[in-house]
Amino acid sequence: MLDWIPTVSPLSVVLIPFIGAALIALAASRPFLRDLFCWLTPIPFFIAVLGQLPNVLAGAGGTQALVALLPGLEIGFAIKPLGMMFALLASTLWLLATPYALGYLKHAGHSNIGRFMACYAIALGAAAGIAFSENLLTLYIFYEILSISTYPLVAHSGDKTSRDGARTYIALLLVTSVGLMLPAMVWIWQATGTLSFTSGGILSGEMLSPAAGALLLVLLLFGIGKAALMPFHRWLPAAMVAPTPVSALLHAVAVVKAGVFSVLTVVLYIFGLDYIVTLATHPFMLYLAVFTMLAASLVAIQQDNLKARLAYSTVSQLAYIVTGALLAVDLAAIGGGMHMLMHGFGKITLFFCAGAIYLGSGIKTISAMDGLGRRMPVTMIAFFIGALCVIGLPPTGGFWSKLYLVTGAWSAGHYVVVGAFMLSTLLNIGYLLPPVMRAFLKPPADEQKIAKAKEAPLLCLIPLSLTALGTIVLFFAAGAAFNLLSPAIP
Amino acid sequence: MNVTEWMPFIVLIPLIAGPICILLPGQRLPWLLAMLSAASALIIAGFTFAEVITNGTLRYAFGNWQPPIGIEYRVDAANAFVALLITGMASIMLAWGKPTVDVEIPERQSSFYALFLLAFAGLLGITLTGDIFNVFVFLEISSLATYALIAHGQDRRALVAAFRYLMMGTVGATFLLIGIGFLYIMTGTLNMMELAERLPALADSRATQVGLAFIVVGFSIKLALFPMHHWLPNAYTYAPSLVTAFLAATATKVALYVLLRFVFTVFAPDYSDAAMPLAIAFAVLAIAGMFAGSWIAIFQKNLKRLLAYSSVAQVGYMVLGASFVTVVGVTASFLHLFNHGLIKGALFMAAGIVFHQIGSARLEDMRGLGRVMPWTLTGFALAGLSLIGIPPTVGFVSKWYLISAAIDAGQTWIVVLILISSLLAVVYIAKLIELFWMQPRPADSPVVQEASPALLIPLWLMVFANFYFGIDTRLTVGGATAAAQAILGVPVGGLP
Repeated sequence: MLDWIPTVSPLSVVLIPFIGAALIALAASRPFLRDLFCWLTPIPFFIAVLGQLPNVLAGAGGTQALVALLPGLEIGFAIKPLGMMFALLASTLWLLATPYALGYLKHAGHSNIGRFMACYAIALGAAAGIAFSENLLTLYIFYEILSISTYPLVAHSGDKTSRDGARTYIALLLVTSVGLMLPAMVWIWQATGTLSFTSGGILSGEMLSPAAGALLLVLLLFGIGKAALMPFHRWLPAAMVAPTPVSALLHAVAVVKAGVFSVLTVVLYIFGLDYIVTLATHPFMLYLAVFTMLAASLVAIQQDNLKARLAYSTVSQLAYIVTGALLAVDLAAIGGGMHMLMHGFGKITLFFCAGAIYLGSGIKTISAMDGLGRRMPVTMIAFFIGALCVIGLPPTGGFWSKLYLVTGAWSAGHYVVVGAFMLSTLLNIGYLLPPVMRAFLKPPADEQKIAKAKEAPLLCLIPLSLTALGTIVLFFAAGAAFNLLSPAIP
Repeated sequence: MNVTEWMPFIVLIPLIAGPICILLPGQRLPWLLAMLSAASALIIAGFTFAEVITNGTLRYAFGNWQPPIGIEYRVDAANAFVALLITGMASIMLAWGKPTVDVEIPERQSSFYALFLLAFAGLLGITLTGDIFNVFVFLEISSLATYALIAHGQDRRALVAAFRYLMMGTVGATFLLIGIGFLYIMTGTLNMMELAERLPALADSRATQVGLAFIVVGFSIKLALFPMHHWLPNAYTYAPSLVTAFLAATATKVALYVLLRFVFTVFAPDYSDAAMPLAIAFAVLAIAGMFAGSWIAIFQKNLKRLLAYSSVAQVGYMVLGASFVTVVGVTASFLHLFNHGLIKGALFMAAGIVFHQIGSARLEDMRGLGRVMPWTLTGFALAGLSLIGIPPTVGFVSKWYLISAAIDAGQTWIVVLILISSLLAVVYIAKLIELFWMQPRPADSPVVQEASPALLIPLWLMVFANFYFGIDTRLTVGGATAAAQAILGVPVGGLP
């Protein structure tokens, strides 16, 4: 079915967004040319990513060694099923987020669109680099590029609030990656002489003392700050000062999924499921993830600002995936991988809607949304569908991923975790459905403001309808995702 | 071509060109001569490096007077590596700096370039010679020339800065001379190789130990090792842009090289450590410098001074690697010596361009400058990422090696200190990036234009080198490893 697409080398795939970014930056002063490059770049990128799929399905994803950074340590790519799925997710949603971003930025009157879209493209290229990494060093390189390239996006509006938010953002991401992940990586390299992602992991009890292994797990899980495990989650709410297209594509999909993707990869291919359960800190980290899941949900319920509520919801949902990885059974790991996909579609829909609500009515808080449903029906229905997906209810894809996560926890005998999943789902309902109910069922609180509200421009409305539709399509297409992922887990 | 015969010309070309330069009139000719000398020295240094890496040490006795009577140039991987850095930096800085010199030193350019060539020749002489008294002579040549160069700065405070450096530098040179005197009295030779053979028999002599102490302190002053760094911030701040960029990329590196040469080659590594707790002393001072330099840099209000304090911190990283006294550790030192030359060279070039365009180095005059001078400050930001150690830049490779060396030496707690101090660099670089881009340009600020390509192209070459050598590390890691083996006396290929 996909045979007509040429398969290019992994490096070429990763380079496409970088080249696009350079073109956008050079054309920054010519709006027409700049927009043209913005529109065009995601298309070849998507096709190139899709072209990798047949080989991955056949069990032979493309590999490419680039240069030896240090003797015995190469920068290289090897496409594995999990990375394939992450890249597909990011490239598909980029196609939809580009029109949304352009529509949003122009409608909201932002300047410096060239810088914004160039950094946006670099971030996507970095995400693809992370997805295709052959080893931890390559992953780390693109991980840092992703952190740096999103900093200007968070600080985009340039006022004091956004500068402060961006400072928290970059500080936490760099402190964790430089302070914890980098030494862990050097340590593993010193102990094993390799950083390649290998099925079954590269660490074992013979190479490391129990204390060292336990410490490495803590260093890596906290070091991957993008996975937003508490107490290193503050950067994600801080990043909400960014324009909504950034929150949507980057802080619901590319950046945070890069974080949980890194966690899954490290757990599966660096530690290995068999080794990780023997570590002394493993139960602690597992229950920390469970705690993050519940605590973030409880915080989310308190938030009145819609984007802040969605941000804490993301923190909680990321913890689902980390929990899935740390349960160390195949079903839960697959469930975690699928949840990357499902939550990606669901949460980008919610953020698209939040941005559309702001554009159409100027409303930022949930308490002001009463009666909005009649003025913005498409947006609010899409919000409802996205919310169903994040909660995990049929007919949306989120149902399947949560089902696998719960089944995995059950089969691993972690009944407390099963209970936590259930409780957290109830909390999800508690913080995601009230905005919808207020919008449709309550009479308008502020008649004048609601009366002036109207649907956002089509450039924003169409993408959010498509992603909402996508969550429903994924309900029926979840089998394909399962089949793609299942060879990844031994 | 017989490389051994040509090798001394690395030093001789600039040394001879310097006096000729004074006689040349105008603005163009002196610069051209300096540029040509630097480029030809670079070419010879390149050939020398290739020869040394493949065929081992080169020796050249001046005037065919064999040592110990004559002066011998003895080039192994370590000096060839450092000579390559110095000549490369001098070439690119001269290619870049002419417009800044035309503005900052409108008159008497011939004497300026002559002094530049003498400083350059002095640094190369220190690097290549195998005779310890010759080290002192070249150190004085380069230092005296450097004092005069710093005094060329436009700001009147440059005179005070030059004078302070003169005082400190003279103390350092005197200490060095006393140390050399002690060694000569004890052994009767000035040749480094012969000293290395004779010194073990005199290991217990108090005079030898005192000699070593004087030499170490003398070079530490030239190296600006914390707390002997006081001359550096003012000198870098008020010197002409070209001088600052050149010194930042080379001068402290040469001092580090020659210090390691004395500690590890002339005295044996285990001796230097047994006679005095040198490894501990270096480690403590290095770490103190890393923290103090970065911390002070955070609060600076002048761009050049901020970068100068950052240099004090970076010297700490270089010394820290050597303090492990392992091949990996000294490799980390040499690697950072080279890489930091690239990083600080690029940063000071960008700062020099900003100074050239807006006539000020104060940070408050640079608000929102990123939108007005995007090419210059993007280059600055990228070099800043390299300073922080974000991959794929040379700074990352340096940090990787330094952490590896610390883990390899079993000093896990030092890893923690390295990481914390490198996060301080994040603070001051992020502060600058925020200032350049995320703040609006004040409405009453003067109109500023982006610099000309003549200034930008060399800067971007340097930035490109920061990324190129961050990905293709064969030259830097290979060279640094060979240099570490040479200086520690480990046979080539005998890497543990």
